[in-house]
This record gives sequence, structure tokens and C-alpha cells, in this order.
Amino acid sequence: MKTNDLILQTATKIVLFIIVLFSIYIFFAGHYTPGGGFVGGLLTAGAIILLLLAFDMKTVAKILPINYMTMTAVGLLFAIGTAAGSLLFNVPFLTHAFGDVHLPILGEMALHTATIFDLGVFLVVVGVTMTIIQTIGGDE
Amino acid sequence: MIEIANILIVVFLLIGAFLSLVAAFGVIRLPDVYTRNHAASKSATLGVMCILIGALLYFYFIDGYFNPRIVLGIVFIFLTSPVAGHLIGRAAYNSGVKLWDQSVRDDYKEVSEKKKKLAEKVSR
Repeated sequence: MKTNDLILQTATKIVLFIIVLFSIYIFFAGHYTPGGGFVGGLLTAGAIILLLLAFDMKTVAKILPINYMTMTAVGLLFAIGTAAGSLLFNVPFLTHAFGDVHLPILGEMALHTATIFDLGVFLVVVGVTMTIIQTIGGDE
Repeated sequence: MIEIANILIVVFLLIGAFLSLVAAFGVIRLPDVYTRNHAASKSATLGVMCILIGALLYFYFIDGYFNPRIVLGIVFIFLTSPVAGHLIGRAAYNSGVKLWDQSVRDDYKEVSEKKKKLAEKVSR
């Protein structure tokens, strides 16, 4: 029986932005408040899963043409890259650097290489969760 | 000023807790899925929103800290909880859960049966 999902789809279109915004906030707030790459990644994956629930898999694949296996690999590369980058400066593996940088548009920013490591965690978590969900949910 | 804030916070928290209690009683006492769903999705939503407003006011007036996450939470619950109630009710109806035996009328029955027959024809 074909059902009419108008209410669910419209609510998803609005709620999705709140979830993605909150996941980005949680990702960046991870250094000083509870949060970080893992929770942010899970929230983003949750937003994509909500999209999968409201629409079908083909539509979501059209909206977000991402290969989640590649995403996992890129996340691992980010993590190993920031870890191995410290070897270039003659300090132990996984040593992180911190500094105040002046950027053209954004102005004074306190940048930390741990954020890049966290971005790797974020990408791995989103990639692995979405790979699991799509492998279970798909019937091809 | 702080006294008014205190009274406001206490009133919001008590109203929220009372509405949540009403929702719980409704879920226990009402006869079928649809009326229970009605109690849970309406009363609990307003109860949780009142409690969140109380928490927002507490942190704003007592600690002097405006917490935008609570505002986002209020908006989020206001948007999603009725949709969840609607989906639960519709899923219950489509899987054939009976109405309360003293229900008077069911306007959706004809449409739903017509839809089912059409779906059977298409599947053949």
C-alpha cells in the first residue's frame, strides 16, 4: 500500500538543518565543552539516517553522492597524517602544535592540530556508520 | 528582580512536571492506542517544553549565562514530537489496531479499504 509521507518529509527537511548545525557545533566545541569528533560524527550520521527514513536510498544517493568507504579511508589518512606530521619537526609521533594565526577574512584564530585529528575521527565515524546502515538496508 | 525570576522559574518547572505527570496518567488510564498517543504526544511535549524554559530562565537569571542550545532543544521538540505522534498513530491504524469499542465514527475506514483494494489489484 502506497502511503503519503508528506508530513514526515516536510518535517525532515527543516529538522535536518538543526541536526547538522548542532553536529558541527558539537564538533568544534569539543575542545572546551563536552563533544568532539565522535559525537559530532554520530549526529551527522543520524541526520543522514533521518533522510534515509523519510526518502528512499536512491534519492539520498542522488542528494549526497558520497562513497562512505572512501570517506572512512580519508578520515584515517587525516588522523595518520597529523600524527606523522610531527615527525617532520623532530618531535615524537602524535605531538600536536598550537598557535595563534592571523587569517585574511576570519581574523585572529587559535588553531590546534588536534582539530584535524578530530576531523579524521569525524569522517571515520560518519563513514563507518553509514556503511553499516547502507549495507544492512540495501537489497542489491 | 531576582525574586520575580525565582517565582517564574518555579512556576514553569512545576507546570512542566505536572503536565508530564498528566501525560503519564493519560497513558495508563486511556482505553486505546489513539487516545493514549494523543495524551502522550500533546501533554508530554508541552511539559518538556515548560521544563526547558524553566532551565533556560534559571541559567539566564541566576548564572547570567544564556544557553542557545536549550532554545534549539525547545524548537526541536516542538517540531518533532507531534510528527512522531502522527506517525505512530498512522502506523497503528495501517497495521489494523482496533479503535475503542465505544468509538462513534471512523471516517478514514472507507478510504483506507479502497486503498488496500487498489493495492491488491496492482500487485496482481
